[in-house]
Amino acid sequence: MKNSIACLLLATFFVWTSCDQYPYQQGKILYTNFCENCHMADGSGLKALIPPLAGADYLSKNGAAIPCIIRNGIKGEMTVNGITYNTEMAGVERLTEFEITNIINYIHTSWGNDLPIVEHLQVREWLKPCEKNVKPF
Amino acid sequence: MKYLFIWLVVFSVLVGCQSSLSPDVLPMLGSPQIDQNGDSVAHTIPDFSFVDQDSNLVTNETFAGKAYVADFFFIACPTICPKTAKQMLRIHDYFKDDARLELLGHTLAPKYDTVAALNRYARNLGVSSKKWHFVTGDQATIYKMAPEYMNVALEDSDAPGGINHSGYLILVDKNRHIRSFCNGTDPEDVDRFIKDIEKLLNEK
Repeated sequence: MKNSIACLLLATFFVWTSCDQYPYQQGKILYTNFCENCHMADGSGLKALIPPLAGADYLSKNGAAIPCIIRNGIKGEMTVNGITYNTEMAGVERLTEFEITNIINYIHTSWGNDLPIVEHLQVREWLKPCEKNVKPF
Repeated sequence: MKYLFIWLVVFSVLVGCQSSLSPDVLPMLGSPQIDQNGDSVAHTIPDFSFVDQDSNLVTNETFAGKAYVADFFFIACPTICPKTAKQMLRIHDYFKDDARLELLGHTLAPKYDTVAALNRYARNLGVSSKKWHFVTGDQATIYKMAPEYMNVALEDSDAPGGINHSGYLILVDKNRHIRSFCNGTDPEDVDRFIKDIEKLLNEK
């Protein structure tokens, strides 16, 4: 009896401490590995060369385009917060739709961003236009 | 009398340490060279001649009487360059109105980073060639300059972007000697580097 109470307490403790952690840990790690070199640890980008992700109007205006941009990259002009950028971004084809979802949710909830959480089924829909590289798992 | 020798050793160690730990003078870095008179002199940046984003000729004379921060980069570099550029920009903004310091970025991909490409890059960074020169030139000549600034630059098809290079920022004084360096991707190291630059500019 004593043992089971101890186990229960321990389990509660683990659940409690893990819930306390930042929810998009995988998104944060993937962001550090694949996005941070250019978009910077604070999402600030680089002047008129690399657009910011922190406070970027592009995220709320073109949310549906983001998964394909992450997977396949983007070329040509784009306007973010009134500034026109024209630096080619390389995509990261190896990312799964779950990983892309976690990256987006990390971006949506970091650096003062307060954008809605996206779900992976939604991301799966948004990835359809660039389906040639679909990798669901 | 028998302690005199020991005291002498202690004294010289103290004096020796004091001069090398002196907080106001930056060391001379790099391997010393031997000049024509057989004297040892600190490592000296050799003559160079490149062209910047406004087609200006940039040589050692461009920096006569001035200190400068040098680095190596290329526009399409997918790894460390944007972070390094961000830190160079911090240094640029910090010393914006101080004519005693300029910046010199060497492209490692002169085939792509032409004068026109560098001009667009500098404009998008919002900087002028009066303060920050982005130079291009003969590729082999640029690559030979990298080790003079304690940087590594190698073409490597396995490296992201095709060029393997280090992101060190190098502080050169008005006598062409290297006086400090930092890791251009580490903001805290750059904080220390900015203090070193101030120290150098305040040297008599």
